[in-house]
Amino acid sequence: MANNNVGPKRLVVGAGYGMRDWLAQRVTAVMMVLYTAILLIAFVSGQNFTYEGWAGLFAQQWFKLITAVTLFGLFYHAWVGMRDIWMDYVKAVGLRLTLQMATILWLIACAVWSVQIIWSV
Amino acid sequence: MSEAVREVPKKERPEFRNIHVTELSNYRMPLASIVSILHRISGFVIFALLPFVLYLLQESLRSEISFAHYQGFVTYPLVKLIILGLVWAYMQHFCAGVRHLIMDTHVGLDKDSARRSSAAVLAVSLTLTALVALKLFGVF
Repeated sequence: MANNNVGPKRLVVGAGYGMRDWLAQRVTAVMMVLYTAILLIAFVSGQNFTYEGWAGLFAQQWFKLITAVTLFGLFYHAWVGMRDIWMDYVKAVGLRLTLQMATILWLIACAVWSVQIIWSV
Repeated sequence: MSEAVREVPKKERPEFRNIHVTELSNYRMPLASIVSILHRISGFVIFALLPFVLYLLQESLRSEISFAHYQGFVTYPLVKLIILGLVWAYMQHFCAGVRHLIMDTHVGLDKDSARRSSAAVLAVSLTLTALVALKLFGVF
């Protein structure tokens, strides 16, 4: 490939070139699998399907923390995936960057809201 | 390549390169590519419904009153349908994601294994979704 991919001709593809995001997506995927397993175990072992049982699970600090960490991982994972989708299907640079920024803002809003929810109980 | 091999006339076969969206209907996708596009669709569905999930989590946790409200809210048929859509997206994305993670370790990359594992992904995710659907709409 000729080296004309510089200056104003630079190919704008978004942020970064893949390896870090690729790895982050895998790490966060494993986190979510583990959290799913923990949640399933909590469901199967607990016979208390009332508000007390549910809120009691979320009242413990360790559960709050792993929930928050997993959700943050989910939001990062979603960012990588949504960026892939915008990069593949939206060819117009201005529109693509707008959609990517909207995705980031949307996910940050979700992250802040989830912290508020988790620490409300 | 020897002359003899090169002389064999090529059979005319349809060739698909960078197909356009409008050509999708006459392009028969292999199982692995169906799982691939469903991974994308299910991921987008979950992304789009994140506020709905967070809203449900909030109502289920905030107080005993909001918990009761949440229990009433999830009995609406439309809400149940949205939840079922989410459950399908989660199961599909989960199973296909595990397949991805396994394939990242260079296991099952050949055509036959990939086809079998994608069939397994569809079978497991659809079965689990069907079970949840039966539970959700009160069959058992």
